[in-house]
Amino acid sequence: MACSATAKIIHNPLVLSSSRSAEKYESCCKISGPSSLLGSKFLGKKLLSAKSAISLASRRSGAVVAVSSDVVKEKKVKSGSSAASNLLITKEEGLVLYEDMYLGRAFEDMCAQMYYRGKMFGFVHLYNGQEAVSTGFIKLLKQEDCVVSTYRDHVHSLSKGVPARQVMSELFGKTTGCCRGQGGSMHMFSKEHNVLGGFAFIGEGIPVATGAAFTSKYKREVLKEDCDEVTLAFFGDGTCNNGQFFECLNMAALWKLPIVFVVENNLWAIGMSHLRSTSDPQIWKKGPAFGMPGVHVDGMDVLKVREVAQEAIGRARRGEGPTLVECETYRFRGHSLADPDELRDPAEKARYATRDPITALKKYLFENNLANEAELKAVDKKIDEIIEDSVEFADASPVPARNQLLENVFADPRGFGIGPDGKYRCEDPKFTEGTAQV
Amino acid sequence: MEASFGVSSAAAANAVNSPALSPPSLPFIRSEARPISWRVDKSRKAGKITTKAVAAQAENPASAASKPGHEVLLFEALREGLEEEMERDPRVCIFGEDVGHYGGSYKVSKGLADKYGDLRVLDTPIAENSFTGMAVGAAMTGLRPVVEGMNMGFLLLAFNQISDNCGMLHYTSGGQFTIPTVIRGPGGVGRQLGAEHSQRLESYFQSIPGIQMVACSTPYNAKGLMKAAIRSENPVVLFEHVLLYNLKERIPDEEYVVSLEEAEMVRPGEHVTILTYSRMRYHVMQAAKTLVNKGYDPEVIDIRSLKPFDLYTIGNSIKKTHKVLIVEECMRTGGIGASLTAAINENFNDYLDAPIVCLSSQDVPTPYAGTLEEWTVVQPGQIVTAVEQLCR
Repeated sequence: MACSATAKIIHNPLVLSSSRSAEKYESCCKISGPSSLLGSKFLGKKLLSAKSAISLASRRSGAVVAVSSDVVKEKKVKSGSSAASNLLITKEEGLVLYEDMYLGRAFEDMCAQMYYRGKMFGFVHLYNGQEAVSTGFIKLLKQEDCVVSTYRDHVHSLSKGVPARQVMSELFGKTTGCCRGQGGSMHMFSKEHNVLGGFAFIGEGIPVATGAAFTSKYKREVLKEDCDEVTLAFFGDGTCNNGQFFECLNMAALWKLPIVFVVENNLWAIGMSHLRSTSDPQIWKKGPAFGMPGVHVDGMDVLKVREVAQEAIGRARRGEGPTLVECETYRFRGHSLADPDELRDPAEKARYATRDPITALKKYLFENNLANEAELKAVDKKIDEIIEDSVEFADASPVPARNQLLENVFADPRGFGIGPDGKYRCEDPKFTEGTAQV
Repeated sequence: MEASFGVSSAAAANAVNSPALSPPSLPFIRSEARPISWRVDKSRKAGKITTKAVAAQAENPASAASKPGHEVLLFEALREGLEEEMERDPRVCIFGEDVGHYGGSYKVSKGLADKYGDLRVLDTPIAENSFTGMAVGAAMTGLRPVVEGMNMGFLLLAFNQISDNCGMLHYTSGGQFTIPTVIRGPGGVGRQLGAEHSQRLESYFQSIPGIQMVACSTPYNAKGLMKAAIRSENPVVLFEHVLLYNLKERIPDEEYVVSLEEAEMVRPGEHVTILTYSRMRYHVMQAAKTLVNKGYDPEVIDIRSLKPFDLYTIGNSIKKTHKVLIVEECMRTGGIGASLTAAINENFNDYLDAPIVCLSSQDVPTPYAGTLEEWTVVQPGQIVTAVEQLCR
């Protein structure tokens, strides 16, 4: 595993080069879609024979294929940059990625602490270990682009730009939270940063994401606005057996919606192993079945994720349609803070722990002289302070008052109807006190 | 949001993204808020009882300069409403099965795809939950989708999205996102359509916090409710009835909306308050004919707003007549009638001379056989009997 220049990605069925007869892929080479699916030929020419880089025999039926580093170098050289950039990122980009991943990790660790101290309640699902997916994708987005997530949404919100204070406050159930304390851990929303939730039922958010992508297309084609907004839908392996997933793959491909379906395959849906619940565990294959590219990427490696994300997001922006990206990742903690996490094999956990995305990026930054220890320590310190501040802020914030109870049920509060006295219920002074009978 | 409630001004809330779309001033019908004395019109009491929808219009205190208007069938009225709103606001779009090229299974969207294109009138694949969710996502990001369930029963597949997302997202997002969707479709018991196509979903949806439910019954209120629902910032479920699509009525040429929260006075009276909605309105009016001949004077109110109830109109009526009969097509258990009974008992118990009588459909899956189907829903004869018993 590496964040090295020998980018060992990816089963990439997008590649149409005939030299790609690496039979390990079996049917994955059959792509149903336009030939310039990638829009560029960068991932492409030479493939070495497949090496089982990771011993996935027991879990994944396909092998990871090593792609020649020439391909990556080729791309960089083409873009005419300086000699030092046969690297995948610049120093600035590297620091941004590192900071974002560290923010996610530190935040989630703090959540665990706060939960056990009784500051937050209910179901809290932590993202430790999966940071590369969130950072790899979301840091490529603009503010107007939309992100839809599941209940494991703290880090997606943070990556998208929602201030840590607002997220922490929301978790504490305070009125200064991003959803005024009304959503909670599983329902993070931000209109400013276009985070469309935060959904507790898996699969529920995918149609919402499809709708947001539809709006983007509608704005462009009906309202004739200059709109190239893209939507990312994040969800897990368990969701990929859900009807809404398939229905939305169909519609997104049918109408060429600007959406990327990002599967965070961490192999486990609470205690249900992906392999026990799925007839064909290779989720990326389901993309071509609906007429869109399906890509598999090492989700513990932020640079690989970022590369794939760039292409997928680029496709969407150019109006070429959706992409299904399966990120192989892992959650270091249990499903939620209430999960004792006894089913997973400690050896499996240990194996993935060695692939910690933050450690990997650090290593890459050091090895390629993009940053030194001191700089990263400074970032750590900055983030730690932000987290501390967010906790203090959340602690100091007020709990919602009674008058907040009935607000926001309806955008137009006339929806509460007309009372016996002929006035709208919302005109009742008790309404603003939250004690009205509705 | 709207600062002035109950004022005679256009109901439309401000457009989110297009400040240029300011609502034109329309005659905003808020008839039922006037005091009772207004309604007692001796010339009408004895007699112009008719089961035709025209009766509704006669009550309508619309614009003073009432033009002759034009005759439409109910489905055409719905289409007019849709079309006018689509013309007025380019963000209004329709999602549904066969709404585009086919024109809608009951022709409500006929011709609209030709006029507005395949993206504004979107023919969806058969995936109710997903395209309803899509409508939610589109609404959150600025569009105003109208979702058609080919038959209301199909929307059971979309229950997840309607309940969790339509109803709840405004609240769970702390008010950040609005979901101005309209969910509509034909429901109710038809002519031997079988159990699954004869469902009454109003009882299933009524508990969902965050949605409004209205039921249209005449071409006039169908168009008005459609327009009001589209303009509302709240998610609204508009219940249409399979057997009412061909009702004919003369409706105004000029633009109008009706209030989503108000009930409609169909026939003023003194002896008993009959509360009904949708198709049962016509059974009630048919029974009213018989009742009048027998010397009774029923007051018939079409509640129109199934959630929330217009307790003002209903309450004023009860204060006058002191007896209530609810006639609905919903199932007995947990239906609209059940909720209405509870609401009336809570609020107007002192004014009641007799317990509320609620006539609902039988709690059976609607049988196919014509005779059985007839006995499933409330028939005019039963209404007459109930009134006679109540008024004894």
